[in-house]
Amino acid sequence: MENRINQLFKEKQNNILSVYFTAGYPKLQDTEEVIIELEKSGADLIEIGIPFSDPVADGPTIQKSSDKALKNGMSMKLLFGQLKDIRQKVKLPLVLMGYFNNVLQYGVEEFCRKANEIGIDGIILPDLPLEVYEHEYRTYFEQNNLRNIFLITPQTHDERIRKIDELSNGFIYMVSSSSTTGAKSSVTQHQEAYFKRIQEMNLKNPRLIGFGISNNTTFVNSCRYSNGAIVGSAFIKALSNEGSISQNVKKFVDFIRLPEEN
Amino acid sequence: MSYHVDQNGYYGRFGGAFIPEMMYPNVDELRNRYLEIIESEEFRKEYTDLLRDYVGRPSPLYFSNRLSQQYGAQIYLKREDLNHTGSHKINNTVGQILLAKRLGKHRIIAETGAGQHGVATATVCSREGLQCIVYMGALDVSRQAPNVEKMKMLGAEVRPVYSGNQTLKDATNEAIRDWINHPEDTHYIIGSVVGPHPYPDMVARFQAIISQEMRQQLKEKTGFELPNAVIACVGGGSNAAGAFYHFLDDKAVKLIAVEAAGKGIDTGESAATTALGKTGVLHGSKSLLMQTEDGQIIEPYSISAGLDYPGIGPMHANLYETGRAQFMSVTDEETLEAAYNLTEKEGIIPALESAHALAALEKLKFTSGEVVVVNISGRGDKDMETYLKHFHAKQ
Ligand SMILES: Cc1ncc(COP(=O)(O)O)c(C=O)c1O
Repeated sequence: MENRINQLFKEKQNNILSVYFTAGYPKLQDTEEVIIELEKSGADLIEIGIPFSDPVADGPTIQKSSDKALKNGMSMKLLFGQLKDIRQKVKLPLVLMGYFNNVLQYGVEEFCRKANEIGIDGIILPDLPLEVYEHEYRTYFEQNNLRNIFLITPQTHDERIRKIDELSNGFIYMVSSSSTTGAKSSVTQHQEAYFKRIQEMNLKNPRLIGFGISNNTTFVNSCRYSNGAIVGSAFIKALSNEGSISQNVKKFVDFIRLPEEN
Repeated sequence: MSYHVDQNGYYGRFGGAFIPEMMYPNVDELRNRYLEIIESEEFRKEYTDLLRDYVGRPSPLYFSNRLSQQYGAQIYLKREDLNHTGSHKINNTVGQILLAKRLGKHRIIAETGAGQHGVATATVCSREGLQCIVYMGALDVSRQAPNVEKMKMLGAEVRPVYSGNQTLKDATNEAIRDWINHPEDTHYIIGSVVGPHPYPDMVARFQAIISQEMRQQLKEKTGFELPNAVIACVGGGSNAAGAFYHFLDDKAVKLIAVEAAGKGIDTGESAATTALGKTGVLHGSKSLLMQTEDGQIIEPYSISAGLDYPGIGPMHANLYETGRAQFMSVTDEETLEAAYNLTEKEGIIPALESAHALAALEKLKFTSGEVVVVNISGRGDKDMETYLKHFHAKQ
């Protein structure tokens, strides 16, 4: 079945920019506008964060945006409502990212059905283990044409990476260094060795590098070893700046895409 | 039916390891090695020797004449309050530090609520000369001040956590984040039977010494093989897991788990998970959890920092669901009464957590010959401020 994630990687192999933001942030009703503006500004893929009260894989920036979104009143039901007509407005691949408990309470099967209905292409649930996905939920994802995106880290063994590659059919999310989101990254030698190691594994799935990508330098460096990069915390910070969403989004995407002047 | 963990890390439908990939290598290493390590003769000897000579085990099983008269049963108190550092928590930290050493880890992190687990972790780190960082909710830092000072004197760094309600759940989040950010050199000493597999089983095994001794001591004192009931409080559930462990398969023994009702189950200020929770995933395992319909965790409340947690360990969720254990809850008020009662009748000031187990005696019916063991999981030194406030308010 056709899936916008697969389509994207077929058409474009380099410098893919995927942007994460928290749904319902900065204001409850901003979700749709942020998505539309990201597409206009030249992002390639959008990850819509489902806020959770206890996001253990996230650093302070996304913790705060999640808290704010929840205080604003965001919920799974509301999010699906906000995204109901999104496919009349944007064409980019859309991925939902969140924590497993929110999905479990909504009902995994119903969640997948609903996501497909509104035109979501992929799901990232960092705390849903590979084995549980494989044995309990894989069919729901597949029936609904959803790509489940797995994370790998510098500590993930080759054998497990092979297994993840086999189970994946969208892209692989390479965590740049073992850390929570938003940790500073400058692409160290240690990381380069890891990036190269994975590059040389010749995986069947494309790879995007995320965590700590915050400017043009880190973006370009990541793109040298993969199909592109994912930006989250740095974008959330940009959204909190003064100015309209459209200005902030445009400025941010340019800031990541274009070399710094000097 | 087995009440122990199965091969896949589950207790019935609860348990598992719901962790982000960043934690996988560490948790996987533990899962692969914990049994081999802790069952080795060399480990067992070092662990047992330390429990005896350093912790002061066996802890006494004390017959309480006056509670027995008051409640009309034969009431015994298992004196975990007499352990070094003042609670059962040290049984687990002694075990885990020996394990961490064998895994080659030299940086130790822990979460703490009441501060008892933090102190017990700082203590064993001091003895082994290992770096120790303890995460503690900022609210708990202020309500358990003496333990904060102890941890510092023991050489640990206490990091206050300002997210959420600034209590145990938030401290646990932050400890997990620390572990994710330090994948190579760090061992996370979880303080209760919570977390991803193998933690619940591992911590239960380290606490199982409590019921192992209970059985033996009871036999020596009464000639009975088994008590009629064992009562313990449940935050995450480690002291209860230890007190129940060697009775799990003896159906004749009633297992009674006491949760913190806070100001009352229906007040919105409570930590009574089995009464208020449903199945969910937090801190790496599937268990019962206080949460909204949308799956956001509800901030718990209890007067006792050690029970102020929105979940229970997966082993307890299964004991609850299968009916093997009876779960009940008592309020802050009932807890304070029970603490004062024990102090007055026996000259023992219990920890607020343990006083929950004692408060259950008021609500249970016994026949006169029945043998009941109450686990006194810790002593009340850390809670003096709360006790005094209550005492003055009553005068
Ligand atoms: C004395 C005492 N009892 C009980 C507990 C609760 O923990 P658990 O339910 O794991 O035994 C604590 C936790 O801090 C404690 O200090």
